[in-house]
Amino acid sequence: MKTLLVAEYRQDTLQENYTELIAFAKRFGPEMAMFLVGNGSGELPRFQGPLYLAEASECGEYNPGLHKRLLQDVVKKQQPDMIVFCHSSYGWDLAPRLAVGLKAAQISEVVAEQDGKLTVPACNSKLSRTVEITDKPVVVTLQAGAFPLGSDPDGTPEIIAVSAEYTGNSRLTGYEAAERTGVDLTRSEVIVSAGRGIGKPENVPIIAELARALGGEYGASRPVVDSEWVEHNRQVGTTGLTVSPKLYVACGISGAVQHLAGMKKSEFVVAINTDRDAPIGEVADVFAVADLKQLVPVLTEKIQAR
Amino acid sequence: MKILVCIKQVPDMESKFKIDGDGLWYERDELAWRMNEYDEYGVEQAVQLKEQTGGDLTVLSIGPERVKETMKKALAMGCDRGVHISDDLCHLRDSFEIGSMIAEFAKDKGFDMIFTGMQSQDRGSAQVGVIVAELLEMEGITTIVGFDYHQHRITVRRELEGGVKAVVEAPLPAVVTCQLGLNIPRYPTLPNIMKAKKKEMVTVDGDELNRVGSLQQPGAMSVPVKQGGGLYLDGQVEDIAERLLAIIKEKTSVLA
Repeated sequence: MKTLLVAEYRQDTLQENYTELIAFAKRFGPEMAMFLVGNGSGELPRFQGPLYLAEASECGEYNPGLHKRLLQDVVKKQQPDMIVFCHSSYGWDLAPRLAVGLKAAQISEVVAEQDGKLTVPACNSKLSRTVEITDKPVVVTLQAGAFPLGSDPDGTPEIIAVSAEYTGNSRLTGYEAAERTGVDLTRSEVIVSAGRGIGKPENVPIIAELARALGGEYGASRPVVDSEWVEHNRQVGTTGLTVSPKLYVACGISGAVQHLAGMKKSEFVVAINTDRDAPIGEVADVFAVADLKQLVPVLTEKIQAR
Repeated sequence: MKILVCIKQVPDMESKFKIDGDGLWYERDELAWRMNEYDEYGVEQAVQLKEQTGGDLTVLSIGPERVKETMKKALAMGCDRGVHISDDLCHLRDSFEIGSMIAEFAKDKGFDMIFTGMQSQDRGSAQVGVIVAELLEMEGITTIVGFDYHQHRITVRRELEGGVKAVVEAPLPAVVTCQLGLNIPRYPTLPNIMKAKKKEMVTVDGDELNRVGSLQQPGAMSVPVKQGGGLYLDGQVEDIAERLLAIIKEKTSVLA
């Protein structure tokens, strides 16, 4: 099967996730090409095969209307059976535009492949769907981290410069950096994180208290930060921090993949949750099936009394 | 200013899920239903835009009769009318088919602004909003965590990896897909819940809007095999705390 891989370039930087595209495509054979809106005189993907390259200085890092047209031209030339994106802010934005343009099916957030069938999560990873590829070309996006390459990428691509004429109406005017002030969780050896299960902001102190008793810091999952119960600089997950403490205690956190991506490298993970089917169980070394509002204060007391 | 917000009714994600008899979706009896979380941000932003511009706001949902219950919440939050696209089989349709039905409904209505969630919590394809934008040839911007409207133009903040935001400007008409944290969705007040009962709710037969069919078969639904080999602690809180403390002492060095 011929694959076309769509690499990403953001804030003048080639994104490393192109290696995951390669790892996935290898399962379908060696015939692959890559597409990138990047910088020809900067870092390029290490990869053996044709690289269709458009210049970000001309085409913009985010200009989906134009990127779609560039891709449509490449698809015409390359005739791939499958076009592969990362399921990222770039990929999930661009992939459906191409799919509609090609009248192709799109399979989003693939986590596994077996015998050519693709598995995607449903219902916060509590269920999964296994989809067959019936028509070609097909567009797929890959869940971040699901297909690690396992070795350093190598090769020198054969560059084919591409360009297109299109003036879109929407315009990227700049970037805003993530807030990174105050506490730095990435240095903490113990992190106790609060999830939606804390129920109300008044319960944040019981999480902070356990963190203090364990000599660490408290963090939070996205919903807690979105509700403004905890500051953004304590958010763990894809759009927050990636942490790897010696001990991570997830309190009332269901374990959405975006959260897991930020903490699964922790050395030891304790989950406290009333729902024993919560996906946080996938990464927990110990799973206490309990209401954190009852268990955490008791645990804190026992640690303090030690 | 004509505004449309598209919402989906989904089960509470804390539910115990079982596979449906045909093996293609989850069983839908005995589930608690609610508004897709991402769509709540879409409704809130749409209501704020309506309040800012004095616009007219329609909420649309595709699904069986029960989705009207979720639409009532959107009406109570401030939408002016509901359009229920009745379809008992929508769970078997792919994102392209659903997006096409919405586009078919919206195509001659002159919407200036369409809001959707960035994805649904159950299917999670993150495609429908973009498909609607493409089919209607409107600007489409995904994953927004900031929204400003000024003189028929919008400035939005797209959320990128690592918490970085991209600032994007676009003229209307536009479709935006809303990410968690875009705003703080309001709770419907009791007077507004009462008022919502009197608001117009139109039902359109989904078959009349469906002209394309799916590009993709539904695929077999399954319960993933648990990968984690972790130890589960059940029982009294006091005992669990005791055992947890012992495990933390034994397996980590943090209490050394």
